[in-house]
Amino acid sequence: MKKDIILAGVGGQGILSIAACIGMAALEESLHLKQAEVHGMSQRGGAVHSNLRLSSEPIASDLIPEGKADIIIAVEPMESLRYLPMLNKNGWIITSSNPFINIKDYPEIEQLIQEIQKQPQYITLDANAMAKDCGNIRAANMIVLGAATPFLDLKLSNIENAVKAIFGSKGSDIVELNLNAVKAGRDHALKQL
Amino acid sequence: MQKLLLLGDEAIAQAAIDGGMSGIYAYPGTPSTEIMEYIQASKTAKENNIRAMWSANEKTAMESALGMSYAGKRAMVCMKHVGLNVAADAFVNSAITGANGGLVVVAADDPSMHSSQNEQDSRFYGKFAFIPILEPSNQQEAYDMTRYAFELSEKMRIPVMLRITTRLAHSRTGIVRGEQIKQNEISLPDNLRQFVLLPAIARKQYRELLGKQQQLEAASVESGYNRLIEGTDKSVGIIACGLGFNYLMENFVGGTLKNPVLKISQYPLPLDMVNELYESCDSLLVLEDGYPIIEEQLRGMLNKGKTIKGRLDGTLPRDGELDPVNVGVAIGKTHESGEAIPALVKNRPPQLCDGCSHTDAFLALNEALLEYGRGRVFSDIGCYTLSALEPLESINSCVDMGASITMAIGAADAGLVPAVAAIGDSTFTHSGMTGLLDAVNNNSPITILILDNSTTGMTGGQTSSAYGKIDDIVRGIGVPEAHIHVLKPLRKYHEENTAIIRQELAYQGVSVIIPRRECIQTLKRKMRQKAKAKALNI
Ligand SMILES: Cc1ncc(C[n+]2csc(CCOP(=O)(O)OP(=O)(O)O)c2C)c(N)n1
Repeated sequence: MKKDIILAGVGGQGILSIAACIGMAALEESLHLKQAEVHGMSQRGGAVHSNLRLSSEPIASDLIPEGKADIIIAVEPMESLRYLPMLNKNGWIITSSNPFINIKDYPEIEQLIQEIQKQPQYITLDANAMAKDCGNIRAANMIVLGAATPFLDLKLSNIENAVKAIFGSKGSDIVELNLNAVKAGRDHALKQL
Repeated sequence: MQKLLLLGDEAIAQAAIDGGMSGIYAYPGTPSTEIMEYIQASKTAKENNIRAMWSANEKTAMESALGMSYAGKRAMVCMKHVGLNVAADAFVNSAITGANGGLVVVAADDPSMHSSQNEQDSRFYGKFAFIPILEPSNQQEAYDMTRYAFELSEKMRIPVMLRITTRLAHSRTGIVRGEQIKQNEISLPDNLRQFVLLPAIARKQYRELLGKQQQLEAASVESGYNRLIEGTDKSVGIIACGLGFNYLMENFVGGTLKNPVLKISQYPLPLDMVNELYESCDSLLVLEDGYPIIEEQLRGMLNKGKTIKGRLDGTLPRDGELDPVNVGVAIGKTHESGEAIPALVKNRPPQLCDGCSHTDAFLALNEALLEYGRGRVFSDIGCYTLSALEPLESINSCVDMGASITMAIGAADAGLVPAVAAIGDSTFTHSGMTGLLDAVNNNSPITILILDNSTTGMTGGQTSSAYGKIDDIVRGIGVPEAHIHVLKPLRKYHEENTAIIRQELAYQGVSVIIPRRECIQTLKRKMRQKAKAKALNI
C-alpha cells in the first residue's frame, strides 16, 4: 500500500486537521508515514500545502516527487489546480468548490470548475453548504476529508476514531458534528463514483 | 517502544530532554522555532526543571548557553541560519574557549528561502569555527544525533553544530526514543582560564582546537553516521549529504542503486572515505542540500582532477533546495511531471490578517508621507514587512533584523530627510535598541515607528522580550518625551494618528511613534483559551 497525498488550501483553512486525521488513521494500521507541513511565512492568507505520504514500506523522501501524487485533497478550488504538476496521470482531485477570494485577480469560479472538470478524475463538492447542513460551516474541511475517504485505502472506522480523538477535547457535540460531516462528504463522493 | 509522531524539530527537542539537557536558549526563527516551543510545552521538561525561555536575540542566547556549559551543564541554543550571523561573534569564539558541559548549537537552514531573506549554508560557519557538524538525513537520525552531539561535545570539550534544513525540521514521522539520562551536576572547568580569551591564552586554546581536528575526523568515521555503500557501477560515485541521501534513495524504492554511495552526515569530512570513493570511481556526483561546499573543495580552484558533478557544472540547479526529482534527473532518471498549472490560477501571496494593527499604522503613515513622496521608509523583518506588497506598498527595505533605524540614519545623513524607520516590537529589542542610541547621539532627523503588536507575530506569536518595556527603553536611550507618542492604530483614529505622524516628520530630530494594539491572532488565541477555561470551570 502506498498513497501520496497533496493537501491544499489557504493559510488558516485547516488543512492540517485533515492531515492529522489521516495520519492518525494510518498509524492505527501500522503504516509508515511522513508529513511535510508548512510553517512560518506562507501561513498568512497565502497558498499552503502539505505533503502526506503513507506506505506499508519505509519512506525515504519527505517530499512527494513531482508527478507522483495519487490524490490532491483541496479545501479551495483554485488551490486544487495549483498542484496539478504534482499529480500522476491516474490521480484524483477531491476539492471543495467554494472559492476563498482574498486577491484582486481571482478568476471566475465557473471557469475554475470547468478547468477541474477537464481533469480525468475529480470530485467537487459544495463543502460549505454541506457543513452548514451538518450544523456548522467550520466543519467544511471534514466534509472534504469525508469525500476523500473512498480513495485512501484506510478503514473508515480508523478515520472516525481519529476524528473522535482529535476533536474529543471540544466536547461530544463537536465530535458528532465532525463525524456527520465526514459521513456526508463520503456519501456524496460515493454517489459521484 | 511506542513510536512518537514528531516533527524533526520536535525530535531534536525530545532528544535534548531525554539526553539530560539542563537549559535551552533561542530566539524564534523559521524553521527552528518548534524546538523551543516543544520543550516549553513538555511536562517532563518542567518536572526536570529544564530552563526554556526565549532570549532577546541569537547572540544573547548563544552566550547564555555557553555560560551554562561553563558551569558544567548541558545546554542547547537554537536559531535559524541568519540568526547565526547575529550570534557569530559568540559562536566562533566559543570554539576557542571550548565547552565544559555539552553544548549543542542548532542551526536551521532554509534552502529555497521558504521564509527567509537568503539561503546561506551553516556548514560554512561550522567549518569556519573548526567545530564538528552533524547533518541528519531523517528525523530519527535527528533524534539520535542530538543525543550523540551532547556526548561528542563533552568528550571533545567543544561545541557541536546540528545543521538541519526546512524539510527535515517541518516533516513529521514516527520516532523511537532512547533512555532518559540524568542532567549533569554543576562543575567548574578544570582550568579557570579556559574561557579567558586574552591573546596569550587564546593562542594556546586555538592551537588546542586545531589539534583536535584529527580526533574529530576519526569520530566522523567511528560514529557510523558516515558510511560507504558498495556498488558495481563505478562510472559515477555519489556523495550524498544530509537529506540528499533520502532524495537519492527515493529514486530507488523497489529497485537497486548500482553506484557506490558515500552517505555524509558528520563533519569534518572523513577524508579516507572520500578518497576511497574518488579512487574507485571514474567521476563523482555531490548532492548537498545547500551550498556546494564539498563539491567546491573536491574540484579545487582549477578543476583538473576527475569530473566532479553537482551544482557547479549544472547537473543540479545552482540554487534552491534539492528534491527527489532534481536528484533523480542528476543520476539520469527520466521525469514525468503532471499537467501544467492552468493559466487562470493566480498567485496568492501571504498577507496581513484582517484586522491587523499594522495595516492601520501604515495607512496613517502612507497618508502623512504624501507630501514628501515615496521611497523613504526603511523597514525590518516581521509581519509588517508584508506592507511592501499591495495594497499598502509602504516600505522600501527589509535587510536584516534591526537595519531599519540604522539605514534611516545613513539615508538621512545623505540628505534624504525625513527618513522613516518601521520596526516591530520584538525586532526592536532584538537589534533595534543600539541603532536608536546611534540615532539619538547623532540627532538624526528620522521618525521611527515601533509597531507594537505585543508579540513576535511572524513566527507564530511567541512572547516578545519587548513586552511592556518599550516606552521606558526609548526614554532611557534619550529620546525627548515630547517626541514619543503612543497611538492606537484603529480606523476610527486615522485622522488623529496621521496628524501626529505628520507633525513628527517635520521635526528635525529623533521621534519615536509607537502604534500599539495586540496582534489579532494572539488575541483570538487568548479568547479561545479563556472560553475553554471558563467551560471547564462550570
Ligand atoms: C536574525 C533573525 N532572527 C530571526 C528571524 C526570524 N524572524 C523574522 S520576523 C520575526 C518576528 C518579528 O517580530 P516583531 O518584530 O515583533 O514583528 P511582528 O511579526 O510581530 O509584526 C522573526 C523572529 C530573522 N529573520 N532573522
